[in-house]
Amino acid sequence: MDNELRELYQQVILDHNKSPRNFRKPEHANHSAEGYNPLCGDRIDIYLELENGIVKDIGFQGSGCAISKASASLMSSIIKGKTKKEAEILFNKFHDLITGKLGDEPDIEELGKLAVFAGVREFPARVKCASLAWHTMVSALNEDKKNISTEDASN
Amino acid sequence: MKSDLNRNNVTYYQLEKIRQDFPILKKLIHGKPLCYLDNAATTQKPQAVIDALVEYYSSMNANIHRAVHHLSEASTKAFEDSRKKVKNFINAASEKEIIFTRGTTESINLVANTFGRNKLKEGDEIIISGMEHHSNIVPWQFLRDEKNIKLKVIPLNDKGEIIFEEFEKMITGKTKLVSIVYVSNSLGTINPVERIIETAHRNNIPVLVDAAQAIQHLKIDVQKLDCDFLAFSGHKIYGPTGIGILYGKQNILESLPPFLGGGDMISKVTFEETTYNELPYKFEAGTSNIADAIGLGVALDYVSGIGIDAIAAHEAELLKYATERLMEIPGLKIIGQAENKSSVISFVFDNIHPHDVGTFLDFEGVAIRTGHHCTQPVMLRYNIPATSRASFALYNSREEIDILFNGLKKIIEVFS
Repeated sequence: MDNELRELYQQVILDHNKSPRNFRKPEHANHSAEGYNPLCGDRIDIYLELENGIVKDIGFQGSGCAISKASASLMSSIIKGKTKKEAEILFNKFHDLITGKLGDEPDIEELGKLAVFAGVREFPARVKCASLAWHTMVSALNEDKKNISTEDASN
Repeated sequence: MKSDLNRNNVTYYQLEKIRQDFPILKKLIHGKPLCYLDNAATTQKPQAVIDALVEYYSSMNANIHRAVHHLSEASTKAFEDSRKKVKNFINAASEKEIIFTRGTTESINLVANTFGRNKLKEGDEIIISGMEHHSNIVPWQFLRDEKNIKLKVIPLNDKGEIIFEEFEKMITGKTKLVSIVYVSNSLGTINPVERIIETAHRNNIPVLVDAAQAIQHLKIDVQKLDCDFLAFSGHKIYGPTGIGILYGKQNILESLPPFLGGGDMISKVTFEETTYNELPYKFEAGTSNIADAIGLGVALDYVSGIGIDAIAAHEAELLKYATERLMEIPGLKIIGQAENKSSVISFVFDNIHPHDVGTFLDFEGVAIRTGHHCTQPVMLRYNIPATSRASFALYNSREEIDILFNGLKKIIEVFS
């Protein structure tokens, strides 16, 4: 496989695509949002159980490419247990990573497992795939019941 | 089609020579030769078309229908010659029936804004099909909301064909237009437009044919078809982008008000009133896209030089071969299995998303389209978010289908 392609489709991403974590609707979800990418027809529903500003549980459902599915899966593992504020800070860092704002050698430690998405910055057409779940999650956090479209956001 | 004729054409089809005419086909993508299979989105341009554009701007550029100087006369002649070429290509009765637009989308919007707004009233009905491109849906929705008319949609069967009986049942005394796609861009289906036109005309209903995906694959004779309007885009038939055609029967066009107002479409203007220019200029307000119109004429010459029947035979062969090969791939499902099909194959995998397929193939040098192909209702009908689509043109080869096949096999390995 080409190196650039291997960088995009890392084994972790392929694994999460094949067996996504938290691919379900949590029983006690009290926040949700629907994300939609009209360019590719991808849809995702994010469900959150928020308690005292902490994400007690998170799940997602929908269909999408390997990048978007793995992104939702990894995000759900990482966000669980975080405060609303922490989740939003992570989103901003993740967004900077995939849009190449962290440079060619991003600080991987700070991002933990999310660093596997660093390869996305070489594929501008795929940034929306990686960010759809995150935009939707932030919308769910804010109790914004509006549907999220990648075309309304700045990626 | 007659198989003897096909065999002859394929034998004498000079593919290697044809490929030499398209400079972009020499390009490497990620180090691999470009294998361009996204022809339903847009086709590549032969050197003759590229040269025509350079030639126009280098030695002929001037506004048309205006001045008495040499360049203006030369550009006017080249522009009008191109109109003649279009007229001959689709066998229209007169050049007055050939209107230059920006493309199929503008052509359909022109009909919606003139015919639609002028001839339809509240409660009237327009029939379209379930496989229309968004450009043959949205203009009618605008009209529906403005005039309070009804939009009826012919349903599709599981193979991706319109259910003709349903169409017949839909026709009422209030049906004022049938607007139908000739060849589906996402399913490849060739619709029985002759039968549709016959049926509509028996009920005195005019028909608009969206030929965006047909003009480059099928012989079109508008007089034989007897369609009332026909729309297509230059860039899908090896011509430049930004230029398209609306064909309309002269008597109908005569009866319609202009579309846009401005220069060139008038004969006399005072502040009190304006009289309109004659056909086809009545519908061509403002300075036309002169260079690209000339480029389109050259593209049509190029296609005629090879022969549309020879092209159709070559593409039918490619479609057959590609369908056979793709069906060998485990887990691959072809969306759109109409009996009568053009050289478009849409496909999906159970567990691999089209976007991933598209990115992997790109690294093999293969360009395909992934997504909903501007036909979201079709995706909804078959309950899929998107498809991967390979579409073939006159310059594609069996070897390229093998490259596609091998690329798809590799993807399956990665995702298994």
